[in-house]
Order: sequence, then structure tokens, then C-alpha cells
Amino acid sequence: MAKNKNAAEPVRKSGLFEYAPAPESPAAAGDIATSYGHFINGEFADSSGSEALKTVNPATEQVLAEFAQGTDEDVDRAVKAARKAFADWSALPGSERAKYLFRIARIIQERSRELAVLESIDNGKPIKETRDVDLPLVAAHFFYYAGWADKLDFAGYGPSPKPLGVAGQVIPWNFPLMMLAWKIAPALATGNTVVLKPAETTPLTALRFAEICRQAGLPKGVVNIVTGDGRTGAALTAHPDVNKVAFTGSTPVGRAIAKQLAGTRKKLSLELGGKAANIVFDDAPIDQAVEGIVNGIFFNQGHVCCAGSRLLVQESVQDELLDALKRRMATLRVGDPLDKNTDIGAINSAAQLARITELATAGEAEGAERWAPECELPSAGYWFRPTLFTGVSQAHRIAREEIFGPVLSVLTFRTPAEALEKANNTPYGLSAGIWTEKGSRILWMADRLKAGVVWANTFNKFDPTSPFGGYKESGYGREGGRHGLEAYLDV
Amino acid sequence: MSETAMRLDVFKTYKLYVGGKFPRSESGRVYEVTDAKGQWLANAPLGTRKDTRDAVLAARAAVKGWSGTTAYNRGQVLYRVAEMLQGRREQFAAEVAAAEGLGGKKAAALVDQAIDRWVWYAGWTDKVAQIAGAANPVAGPFFNLSVPEPTGVVGIVAPQTGYGFSFLGLVSVLAPVIATGNTAVVAAAADAPLPALSLGEVLATSDVPGGVVNVISGRTADIAPTLASHQDVNALDLAGAIAADGPGTATALEELAADTLKRVLRTAVDPAAQDWTNDPGTDRLLSFLETKTVWHPMGQ
Repeated sequence: MAKNKNAAEPVRKSGLFEYAPAPESPAAAGDIATSYGHFINGEFADSSGSEALKTVNPATEQVLAEFAQGTDEDVDRAVKAARKAFADWSALPGSERAKYLFRIARIIQERSRELAVLESIDNGKPIKETRDVDLPLVAAHFFYYAGWADKLDFAGYGPSPKPLGVAGQVIPWNFPLMMLAWKIAPALATGNTVVLKPAETTPLTALRFAEICRQAGLPKGVVNIVTGDGRTGAALTAHPDVNKVAFTGSTPVGRAIAKQLAGTRKKLSLELGGKAANIVFDDAPIDQAVEGIVNGIFFNQGHVCCAGSRLLVQESVQDELLDALKRRMATLRVGDPLDKNTDIGAINSAAQLARITELATAGEAEGAERWAPECELPSAGYWFRPTLFTGVSQAHRIAREEIFGPVLSVLTFRTPAEALEKANNTPYGLSAGIWTEKGSRILWMADRLKAGVVWANTFNKFDPTSPFGGYKESGYGREGGRHGLEAYLDV
Repeated sequence: MSETAMRLDVFKTYKLYVGGKFPRSESGRVYEVTDAKGQWLANAPLGTRKDTRDAVLAARAAVKGWSGTTAYNRGQVLYRVAEMLQGRREQFAAEVAAAEGLGGKKAAALVDQAIDRWVWYAGWTDKVAQIAGAANPVAGPFFNLSVPEPTGVVGIVAPQTGYGFSFLGLVSVLAPVIATGNTAVVAAAADAPLPALSLGEVLATSDVPGGVVNVISGRTADIAPTLASHQDVNALDLAGAIAADGPGTATALEELAADTLKRVLRTAVDPAAQDWTNDPGTDRLLSFLETKTVWHPMGQ
């Protein structure tokens, strides 16, 4: 990592405000098997192939478990199981489907500590986030969509809207359980059955979720989990007996899936990349804005598609804001994800770290100024210091490409019109942030920003009742809320 | 003066409708349009890829104004289209009869229904946000509202088959797109483009701002792929695309659209079996909307 060119005065005085370590117990994650197969038709099953992948703890680089690389045959078995289960599951009264989802939600709550620790170990994200953000939202999603199962006639898609059939779902590694919940809860509520492929770096919580399905007594074949890398995902989305494909991940992969599905009748929803503008006006409350900026880009190590990765700051408050931001960044604790004081955990994989490093290097090479607070990084594991680039122009790669890491690019503007122009100058359109005390300006900006979610005077807020999804190349369809039902109904 | 003096009909020179104007094709070429029996009806401009790109530019330029118009005003404009059509009912009935090989009565009924469809969509403009939006009860002190917004520029492959396709079908796919604030570039039915080109004349006198609707006649295999691959087209309605393999067909267009992740409304499983007199429902109205959700903290 490059040296600081412009290090701010260290704010943390030695000895003052130091925190004692407060580690969560890894044992709370429960037993992690040495190797895992798939979950097909209600049973844990071996793969038909012999290839196995390894999932590592990104904070230690230690192998956690082996898991199966799903073959075409595995995918076919899972789809067949889902197809077979579809008839009974879709015919079940909505009120009964609802009860299964309520059961799942309750069991997730009961086992939330276990799941939070396991998620943290497998993904590298801080326990503070899995415990306080991911898991509560996962349970909330199942609760929310449970309630829809017997009310679909009132969802605005006409009387008795029909499920689509078998849903093939492919999810990313940044919020493994939350993405699972976003996909499975509405699919089951609407009467579909699913085959889900978790990401190849974070399969453990999805497999643990399979146990929860068994505890909930969910009929066999309603939920199937097939693990593996992109090859398994491609086999699933290409399977002729899949009626619906839902994908969350990168824009290039989303584009490939859209192409793959051309000419088929499969319904497709995509939740892809982003390059959100977080826009700070001169009348914004600086301290709140700084918290919002930090949350916007450093939450989950910046592994967030809606991360506020472009800070647009009004020129007149640039210095004041950047000073405050650097002071705040110097207090961020990077390190052990299982420490309850940790703000920024490990980068999810060596490959992701390499990608972030490459883009940050490109930022310097293209003339932007790099800054990061001094902090010690653990010797093992994948780490990246929270990093800030100033003097960024719209043409720079770090202002155009999704970095998916804790890297913030700072641009400036003079007028609201210029801020809007710059904010919308991207092929992405997932999210945006506005910081100003002027209500009319918030509404004016919110109206014109090409983004599916606009956070005004807040950032990175999620709720199962609130639709989420993008404009333009950030994908199509919405997840969450009443709108989220549409992706799983024949309308 | 003799009452039997011969009088020649004045033929109509059909032109494209782009940016509120009526240009000839930049190719300088036309093609023959015949009736259902093969009799020559008129020459239509042979619109090119360049004409299509010009139309997309016009449509893009019109998005800001049209989407910014109040829903009430857009409804008034759509109703005005119905008013203007009513006055030219006979002309359209004749064009539809020739295009689809129908008797005068049936053709007139289809035109009447097309007029009524404009009226129906006129009434939707200021209601769609109320059925497609939501106030979301999030678990926290936040004001959270979802509102539908137009997608932007929509490329439409006009229906080329199905009962009533040439005009009622065209109106059924065009009106919902512009009712919600999008602008449109229409690839007219290749073999029956005259009602679409005449509709351009009606739109031009109906307070629809120039560029909101653009009509290109010509080879679908030139126009549709240009729309599908264009960076500045946000969505694609494949109503009239042929559901088979080959250039300019539904599969190829979907593949092109994937490059820019365009929203695609697929062609019907059997487009020829479509009956455009059927109730359109809200499917097309809701297909070209994005949902935007705005969060704001609540406090004192």
C-alpha cells in the first residue's frame, strides 16, 4: 500500500480512548463441518462430481471447510426436486405458507447469535454489523413476506396472481444471509420453490439456513441449496426447467445472464453494481454528514453495491468537511471481525483485495491524491485501510468503476445543477445521498437523481417494507416491499 | 361545367415523424406499401439506422420536458389526441381497412376503440403514481416513500400481426408508454406503416411536444436492432418482434438489449394470435416505470 502523502494529525492520543479487545467467541458459530455437500430435496447430499472448493476465513486465511462444486447434474437434481415440490407448495393455502415463513423467521431470531458469528467468520465483516444489521434484517424479511403469503390478492397485481414455478437464485458474498432472505422470502411467500446458489467464498450460512428449513418442517424440495462457483450459477440460470432467475452481483455477470435468457420465457430480475453519489451541500450539518459518508462507504468494508463511493461536496465547505472526515476516519478500527469494537473487517477474498488495490493504484496513477489514516493491519488475512482520494475528476477510473471496497473518491461542485449533472453521469443508477438542511432542495434533487434509492440526510438504510433496486445498468426489478412480489408473480 | 369532369385524387406523400417534424428519410428512398390484396397504396419512407438514431436523439431531448409535465397536463394532451383522431376517423378507418383487409365497419370499430384507448390512458396519467407508489412503514424514525418514474426513452417495435394490429395495436403499445412520461421511438409495422405515419400527423396537432413520439417506417431488421443496441434507449417493447431466431427477431433483439441492460417487454408467445381489442390491463402501463424510494429521517 502506498504511503500517505498528506496524513492528517493523528487524533487518537496514545492511551486515551483506547478500547480493550472485546472478542466474540468463535465457538458461538456452532460446529463447522470439514466438508459440505448440497441441500437437495430436504437432505444434505453429496455432489455427483469430485471437485471441492474451500472457504477460508478472510481475517486469518485459514480454511474453514470444503464444499462441493455443483455440477450440471447436481443442479438438475435440485431443479427436479424444486419442480416436484412446486405442485404442493403452490397449492398450499397462503395462510399455511405464511406459517412456515413465520417459523423460519422465529428460528432465525433464536439462532441469530450463531448465525451472526458464522457469517462474520466466513465473510470477514465485523460482528457489530452481522449482529446489529444483517441478522435483524434477515429475520425481518421473512416476517414481512410471511404476512404477504395469504394477502396476494390485495397486492395490486389482480385477483389470485400465480407463482412462476421454480426460481433459480444466485447471490453474492457481501451479504450472504441477507441476500438469501431477500431472494427466498418473497419467492416462497408467492408460492414458488427455489434453488439457490450462494457465493463461492461464503457458502456456510446458506448451508446453515438449510438446517433451519428442516427445523421449520419446510416440505422437501421447496428450498434447495447448491454450492459452487460461477459455473454452477451458469448451469442453474441456463436450466430449461427454471422459470425465474434472480441474480444479485456484478453488472458484467448480470449482462451475461440477460443475454443467456434472451429468447426464453424466464422472468429475470437483476440487482447489479452501483457508483452512488453522496452529495453534501454547504448547509449540511457537517458532523451528521461525516457519519453518513463514513457509513456510506466504509460499512461492510465498502462491499456494498449501493455504497456512497463518490463524495460530491460543495466547494465552499470542502476543506471543513474533509478535515472532519479525516479526523473521523482516523478513529475507525480495522481488524478482527469478531471484536465487537471493530468498524472495518477483512476484505472478503484475496481476489477482491487485488481488485481494490489495482483500482486504488490506478487512482494515484491518474493523478488523484490518496490519503488513509495510519493504522496497523493484522499480518495475516486480507485488509485494506479506509482510503480517501481527493482531486478526482469525472474521467478517473476511481470515479467511474465500482471498486467494491473501502475507497472514497471526492469530487466537488458549485451549484445544485452541477451536483445533479455529476451525480447522474454514470451508467449506474442504484442509490444516491443528499445532505442539506433545505427541504425543497432535497425534494428537487431527489426528483431528478436517476437512482432507485435516495437517502436524504441518512445513508445505507434498509427495511423489508422498502423497495430496493436500480435504474439503468444497476439492473431491473425491485426487492423488498409490495414491489418485491412482482418479480415472483406471473403478472 | 360538366358534372362528370374527371378529377384525379391527390396522393399523399407519407413522411417520417421525428422531433415534431416530418422529414423524408435521409436515405432518400421509399418502399412500396400495398393493401392486404397486394394493390399499391402509397410509398413510405425507407427509414434507416441513421433516421432511427436521429429519432432517439429527439426522443432523449424530449424526456426532460415531457416527464416534467404535470400528470394532469399529460392527461389533457392525451385526451386531445383522442379529439383530433375523432375528426379523422374516416381516414384512419380507410387506412386500417386497407392494411388489414377488413370491411369498413370492422375497421371503423377498431378506430373507435383506438380513440377510446387514448381516452382511457388520458385518465391514467394522474392515477398511476397512486396505484404503483407506496408509503412504506419502515421500522425506524424515517419518512419513506416509493414513487414510480418514467424509464426514459422507450423503443417500440409496433405490432405487425394480430387482429387490429395496424392502429389499435399501435395505440395500445404507444399510449401507455407516453402516458407515464416516457418518450418513444416507434418502428412502424413494416408492411402496414400508413396508420402509424398518419398518427404522427395527429400527434403533431395534439399538443404532444415534438420528440415525445417519433415514427420510423422501413425494414424492421434495420430499425429494431438500432433501437435495441442504442445506449440512449432505456427500454424496449418487442410487441411486434417475430418470436424466432434471426436478425431483427425477438431473441436477437433481447441479446442486443442485454448489452445496455435495457428493460425488455417480450413479444407475446404467439403474436399472430393476439387480439388487440382485448382489455389492455395495466401491464404495459407499469412496464416502463422505475420505482424510486426516498428516505428521510423524522425528528424534531
